[in-house]
Amino acid sequence: MDNFTPVSALAGGVLIGLASVWLLAANGRIAGVSGILHGLFAQPPGDRAWRAAFVVGLIAAGFAWHAFVPSNSEPQASWPWLAVAGALVGFGTRMGGGCTSGHGVCGLGRFSLRSLVAVMVFMAAGMAATFVMRHAL
Amino acid sequence: MISALGAGFVFGIGLWLSGMANPRKVLDFLDVTGNWDPSLLLVMGGAVIVTAIAFRPLLKKQKLEFRKDIDIPLLAGAALFGIGWGIGGYCPGPALTALSNMSAEVLVFVAAMVGGGFLAKIAAPAAPGA
Repeated sequence: MDNFTPVSALAGGVLIGLASVWLLAANGRIAGVSGILHGLFAQPPGDRAWRAAFVVGLIAAGFAWHAFVPSNSEPQASWPWLAVAGALVGFGTRMGGGCTSGHGVCGLGRFSLRSLVAVMVFMAAGMAATFVMRHAL
Repeated sequence: MISALGAGFVFGIGLWLSGMANPRKVLDFLDVTGNWDPSLLLVMGGAVIVTAIAFRPLLKKQKLEFRKDIDIPLLAGAALFGIGWGIGGYCPGPALTALSNMSAEVLVFVAAMVGGGFLAKIAAPAAPGA
């Protein structure tokens, strides 16, 4: 556990929570990133402006971060694996109605049993997949 | 719109500060049989403490509807998402903010993620709510 970073993890988590509260208070929306992203491509186009603004803010934060902090976010898999992973994440989050933010940060925050079940399932599946990728293949 | 932009920006900074935007850190958390890094528990914990306190009064004012049923698409979708998360170390938020890395790998992941979302909509046209 030499890689444990409790202070930055907790502080970053609080920021994520505050941003979610901000979006709910100001826009009346749940900060579920998978839903926000895929709603951008929904037909007919309904409420794209705030979704696009949120995604732009999310990406801009990355550029701002890189300007001050050396990047430490190298991809951990080759692009064919990442293509498979991306497709699974996109398909699964839409089928299951949420991801780490929608079911995790926001769903758990409103004490939703449905979201708690989703979080336990995707955490367990993620642990199993990582085990296979790192120790079995 | 400015508020959504600001919320996205703060959310993104939180992802970077916490380590969620670093797939190595995410995989070190998911790798419970390896050199386990419990940091992400604190990321989720810190975020949920804030939402658990502030959401309740806000949700009383908002007219949002949430599903409560636990059905097969929820379980299967969460499992498929988890497998993809465990392969790449990216969930949707970190993948989007990591586009700022300007690396082909992240671009491939995000393009595949959008494509996977379309496929899910074709497979199950009734769009699920969170």
